[in-house]
Amino acid sequence: MIEGSVIEVRDLTVRYGAAVALDGVSLTVGAGEMVALIGPNGAGKSTLVNTLSGILRPASGRVTIGGRLAQVPEGRQMFPDLTVDDNLRLGGWRVRNRDTGPIYEVLPDLVKLRRRRAGLLSGGQQQMVAVGRALMSRPDVLAVDELSLGLAPLVVADLVRHLRELNAERGLAVLLIEQNARIALDLCTRAYVLEAGRIAVSGSAEELAASPTVAAAYLGADAPVIRASLKSLEQLEGRPDHEEEGVAR
Amino acid sequence: MSELLQYLITGVGGGCAFALVGSGLVAIYRVTRVVNFAQGAFAVIAALTASTLLATGLPHGLAEGLAVAVGALTGLLVGLVAIGKPGTPPGAALIATLGLGVFAYAVEVLIWGDQPRSFPGVPGAVEIFGARFQAHYLLIIGATLAVFAGMGLLFTRTDVGRALSACASNPYAAKVVGISVTRMGLVSFAIGGALGGLAGVLVTPIQLVTFDYDVTLIVGGFAAAILGGLVRPALTLAGGLLLGVAQALVAGYGNAAYQMEVALVLMLAVMVWQAARKPIVQEETA
Repeated sequence: MIEGSVIEVRDLTVRYGAAVALDGVSLTVGAGEMVALIGPNGAGKSTLVNTLSGILRPASGRVTIGGRLAQVPEGRQMFPDLTVDDNLRLGGWRVRNRDTGPIYEVLPDLVKLRRRRAGLLSGGQQQMVAVGRALMSRPDVLAVDELSLGLAPLVVADLVRHLRELNAERGLAVLLIEQNARIALDLCTRAYVLEAGRIAVSGSAEELAASPTVAAAYLGADAPVIRASLKSLEQLEGRPDHEEEGVAR
Repeated sequence: MSELLQYLITGVGGGCAFALVGSGLVAIYRVTRVVNFAQGAFAVIAALTASTLLATGLPHGLAEGLAVAVGALTGLLVGLVAIGKPGTPPGAALIATLGLGVFAYAVEVLIWGDQPRSFPGVPGAVEIFGARFQAHYLLIIGATLAVFAGMGLLFTRTDVGRALSACASNPYAAKVVGISVTRMGLVSFAIGGALGGLAGVLVTPIQLVTFDYDVTLIVGGFAAAILGGLVRPALTLAGGLLLGVAQALVAGYGNAAYQMEVALVLMLAVMVWQAARKPIVQEETA
């Protein structure tokens, strides 16, 4: 393992039956680093996160986590019938941490919601609970899966600000999995582009933002980011929440 | 008037047994989405165990307590077979519990024979406003209320209870935070076994128990639990009491032979009513 890295993935292959979801993927995240993983729907981004957190098993290759990894899953994945405070507490299950106090200090917006049922919150509030729940396990690295999906730009900006603070003040490393390449390249210093289960391009955020192919695919008018925004508009108009695709089938 | 009161009290007492069996079904279904057809067997095994332990001279209380523990252990074993292999679909697990319920008959007949058994409960009779009934009914009602209150505290105030609720609420998210959904499923089977066992030891002093008494209990328990869509303990208690009272009234003013039909009609009526409103059994969205 490279000295000082919190996530190290080498030649990772993951299969669902005969279908290959990830094919020889290698990736590193250094301690205190913010790294983006960009790619369209179905590229294998969530598969990678679920393999990092141990929910899925690799067919071959190696995953090494230096320290503790916590996952902010796609679709926020609340325990809808439980209160915000109980949701947070359950985040500390792995490490037997029951003290939710520090989370309310980091995310003060949650204080007034602590007795509310998580299922009744707005998408942005739920995403904040999901971040707080992940922090309860006192992680060294946070794998955030689709932070911005279905959320209004102002709400996303607030969440991004919190991630920046956590990174700057506590040295928390972040692996940000995003369809919205603009947000990802803005927040992170390095990025990988995942396409059809393989890393297509990787480099510094500036390099990728300047690269014509990446710009055309992910920052242009036909890019998935536009479709994602359309989706969030639909949701603002009262559509039900984005349904998560089952992962462990 | 005193006659009606008597039917009400004995009905509530009998209904408590259905409520306990039903809450065992609920405890297991919420976490695992498995309808446990072996639930009645937990009650019968505990009841027969208690009768044997009492016959060997063990004091009341200890014998019943051990029998409830045997019920919990039986629940755990059924759980291991039904859901022990992670990823077993609920439908396959349901068939496994059905098979185990029938298998339990063979074990019960082998150990205890096929003759009905009973043992004495709380001695004496009580008279309230002219209605006379066995004092044991008060124990059944008191114990049931205490157990439901305790379950409420377990699920909302303890770490294990929250984890069980988490698995019921969102199994994927439970995995994300590191909760073993299979292990929690086994815990829920043990709780279901204990609740069924408690129903068995409480009901035996007022009702002869044979190896096939589980059918009566599971039909009543299912009728009680379906009122809360198999997921709500409080509605299960209400459903059990409603069913018990209805049966006592039918037996008192009509014919005792129709008790099972009362349970079946009530269950069907609730299912038809609920089907008209929403799906009874909330399928997991794939």
